[in-house]
Order: sequence, then structure tokens, then C-alpha cells
Amino acid sequence: MSTAAMPFRRQLLWQKLTGAGFALPAFLLLLALHVVPLLVLAALSFTDYELGVVTFEWVGLDNYVQAFSDETFRRSLVNTLYYVAIVLPGSVILSLLVAVLVHQRKRTRSFYEIIYFLPVTSTLIAMATVWQFLLHPSLGVINAALRKLGFGEVPFLSDPDLALPTLAMIGIWQLIGFNMILFLAGLSSIPRDLYEASAIDGVGNGVDRFLTITWPLLGPTTLFVIVTTSITAFKVFDTVAVMTKGGPQGATEVILYAIYLEGFYYFRTAYASVLTLVFLTFVVIFSVIQTFVLDRRTHY
Amino acid sequence: MQAALPTRTVPEGQVSPAAAMIRRMTGLFFVHAFLLAGAVFILLPFVWMLVTSIKPPDEVFSAELSFWPDRFYGLENYSFALAAAPVLRFALNGVIVCTGILVVQLLIAIPCAYALAKLQFPGRHLLFILVLLALCIPIQVPALPIYVALAWLGLLNTYFSMMVPFFLSVFGIFLFRQFFRSFPDDIIHAARLDGMSEFEIVWRIVTPSAWPAIAAFSVFSIVAHWNDLYWPLIVISDINLAPPPLGMMYFADAETGSNYGALTAAATVLTAPLVVTFLFARRRFIEGITMTGVK
Repeated sequence: MSTAAMPFRRQLLWQKLTGAGFALPAFLLLLALHVVPLLVLAALSFTDYELGVVTFEWVGLDNYVQAFSDETFRRSLVNTLYYVAIVLPGSVILSLLVAVLVHQRKRTRSFYEIIYFLPVTSTLIAMATVWQFLLHPSLGVINAALRKLGFGEVPFLSDPDLALPTLAMIGIWQLIGFNMILFLAGLSSIPRDLYEASAIDGVGNGVDRFLTITWPLLGPTTLFVIVTTSITAFKVFDTVAVMTKGGPQGATEVILYAIYLEGFYYFRTAYASVLTLVFLTFVVIFSVIQTFVLDRRTHY
Repeated sequence: MQAALPTRTVPEGQVSPAAAMIRRMTGLFFVHAFLLAGAVFILLPFVWMLVTSIKPPDEVFSAELSFWPDRFYGLENYSFALAAAPVLRFALNGVIVCTGILVVQLLIAIPCAYALAKLQFPGRHLLFILVLLALCIPIQVPALPIYVALAWLGLLNTYFSMMVPFFLSVFGIFLFRQFFRSFPDDIIHAARLDGMSEFEIVWRIVTPSAWPAIAAFSVFSIVAHWNDLYWPLIVISDINLAPPPLGMMYFADAETGSNYGALTAAATVLTAPLVVTFLFARRRFIEGITMTGVK
């Protein structure tokens, strides 16, 4: 063995030890905060455990059977998907429109950027409280304006048919700025000469230019925005917790609120873990799509 | 005489400059009309929050639509919000929790990211795969078992319980690893030859170079945890420990809830820190928050 090999080997061993040492805290936390909780969650779902009760029994698939036949849970799933179905097209289309228009502005671009991004930076709970006040049937400014215009009072949050769309409107309000920034990033990566070339070719009209150049080249960004928006909308909780608490008549019960109530309010831990696993399944499906989309984006 | 004046006829198929100008102006008009209408929708709650926070109760409760208060009542509303609910306490709790989380996240994620990017060690690939998998698990999933564990340990209603699920940021590890990978190996080798330990290399050479990523990550982390309701709502019932969103919820639920002047004053105080920071560090802020989009 040469003399130089020894220190090299020792160095390599030392590097391995340091590397492992550097990664160890993160690895242990990963086990404690993700891996073990997931296993415990899966195990809990087959028991009748309730927080505070000392003993528990294995009950097989009882919780699953109960969850899928539970009217309330089914309604919360349907409501969540309904919410996503409003927020997704609403926020994606509006933010795309805003981004395309803002992108062409020169002097006023940052002015609009600041305004549209404001909801993203603000505390949603505080703003939800303000929205609740704005939408108040008798005191709110929105109903005051509606009365003045000759429409009657609209009970936005107490009408079961209107409550969820109203929350979705606030969801759109919060997401437009975020999606706009993602679209703006996508727009600035489209080469300018393409537009110049199209002008020479006679594609003069703004709408034509959008359809022939912007839209196809923005495809990957759009797919990406659609997936992240779906995940965000699927996790709706704050506005429900502050503004409606699942009401009126369960019209705004959503999946995270159902999990919160079962797990941390009624302490039906085992049952809540089944609901959590259903929630996780949806998020994983969205994330798989996202990975797929991200791959396409990098290969574009 | 004949040739002196150039004729100003418009060639066929082209628009005259004046007509083009008019078309451009109407186009601009509609663009700005649309964008401004959207801006009004976005700004409505902010403006109304500020205006209401300086209105006296009788003007708030009058059914008449009035924008500017007749009587300035800001002092009363804000002092009520600060006295009746510990709004400053909520803000302080928010600062404590956000700082604690961010410091631990950086201390744990940076060495791990460096090891993943630059060092060979057993289990490296497994760890990275775990990190990628954990990226798509939201806090609401491990919340239940972590809550049960904290309850068993008697740690509910502590700052620690509010921070612990977020001590590990897999997103931070992922982001810093990407950043460290492009750090030149030659510099690291040179530092090793100079007798620097890996520990020193991480904190004194590699970390300072990653400043933009760290700044963006800090914004992302602080905004996420200043605004988080779900987890504090679960582990905190002592109102003195409540971070801003939970405090706001408590304040809105309490009997003070119908005092909209004070309520909007509290909302203003709790929203202001992030919004003001945003206005001053706009680029960094947008960068930091939209990184969740990359996640």
C-alpha cells in the first residue's frame, strides 16, 4: 500500500462520518415527524383509540366502513371538490388574464403587481374577519351597495346555496396574485422575437397573438399553476374556521374541517386518522400529477 | 409647386396614424379599466379595514353607506384592541414562534443539504428519496400522531409544541441542496487543504454564498408560520400563547366580536408587519413566497 493511499482512505472515511453526522439530525427528525407519524396513523386507523382513553382494541376496517358510509364525511368531500371546482377555473383564468395584461405594461407594471400580490402577504384569518364584516347582511358595505342599487339584501354567508361560493370567491381573491406571479415568470421566458416575427407575418391582433404564441408556450406553466391551485384549494380551512364553521346546515363542511372536528374537537382519534388518510390520498394524487408536470416543464 | 407638397394619402390596407392612435388609446383604456376593476376588488377589504378601524361605533352600525368617518375614532379603537385583547402579545408570540422555527430549520437543513450535495456517506440516496417523498406531505397528515405524542408528554400549550412539527423543513433541504450543488468543488478542496474542518466549510464558506436562497427561504418560512392557523389552533388553548391568526380568531369570537372598529384595528395591527415588509422588500418577498410554487 502506498503512503499516499492511507491518508486518502482515512480522508474518505472521515468524509463519510462527517456526511452522516451532518445528515443525522435531519434524518432523525424526518423519522420522528414524518415516517413514524405516518405509520402510527395507519395503525390507529384499525383501532378504536380515542385520546384520553387508556385502552384500545383492534377493530379492523370498521372505521373505513363507517367513514365511507358517513353522510357528513361524504358531504365534506363533495363540498371540498365543489370549492376546488370554483376556485380552480376562477383564479387560473383571472390570474392569466391579469398577468398577460400586466406583462405588457411598463410604467404601471409594479403598481399592479403590488396590489394584486397584497392578499398573498396578508394574514388570511385577519382578512377573513374583514370579509365577514364586508359581507354582513345589514352592516356590510357590499350589501349596503346592493341595497342602494336596488337589489335586496343577499345573505352571502347564511344562505346554504351561497355560502360555499362566497368562500370560494375569497379563495380566488387570495390566489390571483400568487398565480399571476407564476404566470408572469412564464411570460417573461417567451422570447420577444417570436412576437416581432408574428407581427411581420401579419398576426397583428392581440387575441391572435395570444392564441398562436402565448397560450401554447405558456402550456407548461398553466398546467403547473392548475396543480398547485388544486392542492391549495383542496386544503381550504381558514375561511371555514373563521367565517362559517361548516354551516349553514353543513354547506361549508370541508375535508380539513371535518378532520379537525373529529380529531381535535371530539377526540375521535382513530376515526380521524381514516379521514386523514383519505385526505393524504388526494394530496398524493395531486402531487404525482405535479411531479409529472414538473418533469414536462424541465424537458420543455 | 406641384412637387413641393407631399401628399398625405393613406395607402390601402393600412390604418392612418390617427386611427391607429385612437385604437391604441381605446385598447389601453379597456386594459386599465379591467386591471383597475380587479385592483378595487383586491383592495376593497384592505381599504375598508383601515377606514373602519378609525370609525366610531355609531357610524359603523349605521345602515348608511359612508366611506370616510365623520368623527375620528382611531385612537379609541386601536387602544381598545391593544387593551381588550393582548394584540401585541399575539404579535410577540408570532415573532417568537417564527424566529424559533426559522433558526432550527436553518441549523438542521443547511448541514444536511451540504452533506447531500457534496459529501459521500451511507444512506445518502435513501435520505434524499425520503426528503422528496416528505415534500408532498402537508402538516395536516402527521398532525394527529404528533398531537397525541405531545399530549402524552404533557407538552401541549407550549411554544415548543407550536414549533416542533416544523423544525425539519424538507423544502429547505431540497432548496439548499440545489443551491449548494453549484458551489465550486475547487474552493471546498482548497479549504480542506488549508486545514479547515467540514463544519467550518459549511458555515463560513458555503452558507454565506447561499445568501439569496436563505433570504428567500426565510421569507417563505416566516410568512407561512406567521399566518398558520391549523396547528396553533390544535395545540394552543392558552390565549396568552396564541400567535396572530389564533389571537385574531379568539378576538373575533369573544364578545368584542361585534365591535367592528376594534376588530379591524386588531386586524390592521396583525397584518401590518408582513405587508410593510413586503412593500419594502418586494422582490425578495415575491421570490420567497412563490418558491412554494416550485415546491
